[in-house]
Amino acid sequence: MRTYRWDNDVPAHQVMAPDGTLVGALPQDLDDARLVEFYRWMVFARRFDQRALNLHRQGRLGTYAPFAGQEAAQIGSFAALEKDDWVFPSYREVAGMLFFGLPPEMALLFSKGHPVAGRMPDELNMLPGQIIIAAQTLHAVGAAWASKLRGERRIAATFFGDGATSEGDFHEALNFASVFRLPVVFFCQNNQYAISVPVSRQMAVRSVAQRALAYDMEGICVDGNDVVAVYAAMRRAVDRARSGGGPTLIEAVTYRQGPHTTADDPRRYRDPEAHRTWLETRDPIRRLRLYLEARGAWDEQAEERWLREADERIAQAVERAESHPAPDAAEALFDHVYGTRTPDLEDERRSWLAAWERGANA
Amino acid sequence: MTERTMIQAIQDAIAIALEQDPRVLVLGEDVGKNGGVFRATEGLQERFGEHRVVDTPLAESGIVGSAVGLAIAGMRPIAEIQFLGFIYETMDQLASQAARVRFRTQGRFTVPLVVRAPFGGGVRTPELHSDSLEALFLHTPGLKVVMPSNPYDAKGLLLAAVADPDPVLVLEPMRLYRLGRMEVPDGHYTVPIGQARIARPGTDVTVVAWGPTVPVALEASEAAAAEGVSCEVVDLRTISPLDRRTLVTSVEKTGRAVVVHEAVRTGGVGAEVLAAIHDGAFYSLLAPVERVTGYDTPYPPPAVEDLWLPTSKRVLAAVRRVMEA
Repeated sequence: MRTYRWDNDVPAHQVMAPDGTLVGALPQDLDDARLVEFYRWMVFARRFDQRALNLHRQGRLGTYAPFAGQEAAQIGSFAALEKDDWVFPSYREVAGMLFFGLPPEMALLFSKGHPVAGRMPDELNMLPGQIIIAAQTLHAVGAAWASKLRGERRIAATFFGDGATSEGDFHEALNFASVFRLPVVFFCQNNQYAISVPVSRQMAVRSVAQRALAYDMEGICVDGNDVVAVYAAMRRAVDRARSGGGPTLIEAVTYRQGPHTTADDPRRYRDPEAHRTWLETRDPIRRLRLYLEARGAWDEQAEERWLREADERIAQAVERAESHPAPDAAEALFDHVYGTRTPDLEDERRSWLAAWERGANA
Repeated sequence: MTERTMIQAIQDAIAIALEQDPRVLVLGEDVGKNGGVFRATEGLQERFGEHRVVDTPLAESGIVGSAVGLAIAGMRPIAEIQFLGFIYETMDQLASQAARVRFRTQGRFTVPLVVRAPFGGGVRTPELHSDSLEALFLHTPGLKVVMPSNPYDAKGLLLAAVADPDPVLVLEPMRLYRLGRMEVPDGHYTVPIGQARIARPGTDVTVVAWGPTVPVALEASEAAAAEGVSCEVVDLRTISPLDRRTLVTSVEKTGRAVVVHEAVRTGGVGAEVLAAIHDGAFYSLLAPVERVTGYDTPYPPPAVEDLWLPTSKRVLAAVRRVMEA
């Protein structure tokens, strides 16, 4: 009897070592200028994340899911997409979404609970961050399927965490994508924790990427804090999808440096030793800075200038978010449930407005 | 006009939708080569190709979830869930995803999706095939729910669902699939979503039914007529959005009402019908409104299901009670 068992480790592909030296080949389209652009976006995203947490502490922002530590995984992956590709993110993809074109004030308005933030810019085929874990992976499958049926170039990419790989929807999505050979990329940021549960409790397999084998799909495991490796993996998967090669599962091994959300205290569950190592030696921004510095493309003055520019943009975004007009509540509540208001919603809207005029709604 | 059973009318509607709109595709379990377990898609894969009539892997959440993505991307999927009892497998994709995409994106993205599902008792299925779960979806803003009771409505409602800009559940009573034939127009027509139908005019009691209980209500009304009681049968046709106006108008005239549904009693759509009557026709009521429904148990095994389902005798007894009150 032949039995099958996967007993190999899946080493994470790395191009740039944590000390900033190259251990692999740089993709041809990543020159210093492009890497500086990545670096500036990563710095901007980190500052944005820190500012958002501060705003939350000051009571100026609602629940926010920080992504610090995952900037390389997000920016490196979104950078390989084309502007009209389909993007189905989870709620922790704000760095990637900002890079892709989401105005930063919209990301803040999302955490302020403003309904307008669900309406992505018209030029982007991007959905707002999904709350239900892994639900969006199937939507990406459907959008990719539509592209394939219509013979379009457009592919779909979906982003999720390690926890999502335990959900049924994730497995159904991989299976559908594989059976129909769809142009979709499944991008998992394995950030080590699903709220408090470590990845060792999430799965007995050695890597998320190896799950691709069960679906006869290409799986890639990359060092998620190496922006170059992430970009190279995503580039390969996106190109394969676009040229009819079918789906890919990418696992970017990374680390969530902060809490799950502003409502969580990670000191209750994380390993302080590992935490220190991730922060001190494996930070994605530090790694790229060391590389750029050795190339002569980074110095203290440039850093100061980029930080200042980032802070100015963020200050503007905060200003825009805080001065954004209050929602038109009647519209936000009643006008987007169906294409046309039903008679019941018509009645409810009328009585809501009447109560509003009497000052009876809050 | 052609005489058609309900299943033939449904098959005709799907064929017309596929023919008229290149964005339409059918996906589900066994819908292709096998033509559906009830033959609703018989011959359609042969006619329209395997890219438009697609046998999917056996995964309900995968079917509806990928159909949500297809619809967001501008296609018009008609997904089949083989039996409504299996729909809990995809509850999140229906209730939290399909139903809310328009709302959470404030109209930027929409889900013009049709989900068909056979349901209802009396056909001796194994467990979990026969449950009537419409109340779950009446309680889900963003979804529409239609439940035809005859071939004409089945075709017209299905074509209306395909044209609708929002997700529509088409719940098909499998006991009626081949129960009778009626004249059904050959081409494209729609039955408007959200409009009930007077299945039988009357003056003394309003009997409200939908889907599989409409024939039951009509049979009871026939028996009541022999006793000199005139029943008006309202066939809801659409569960969501509910046609409160037609209900209220009828009860204002009759002053009495009996609501008949196969679903379990507590929290059923019947309770919402009672609320509609209370809100709109309270002062016309001459008697407490009666409900004739399934009991508050799981759907029973075949050997006892006939003892559980609403019968015309139970409906007639309720009609007598409201007349005597």
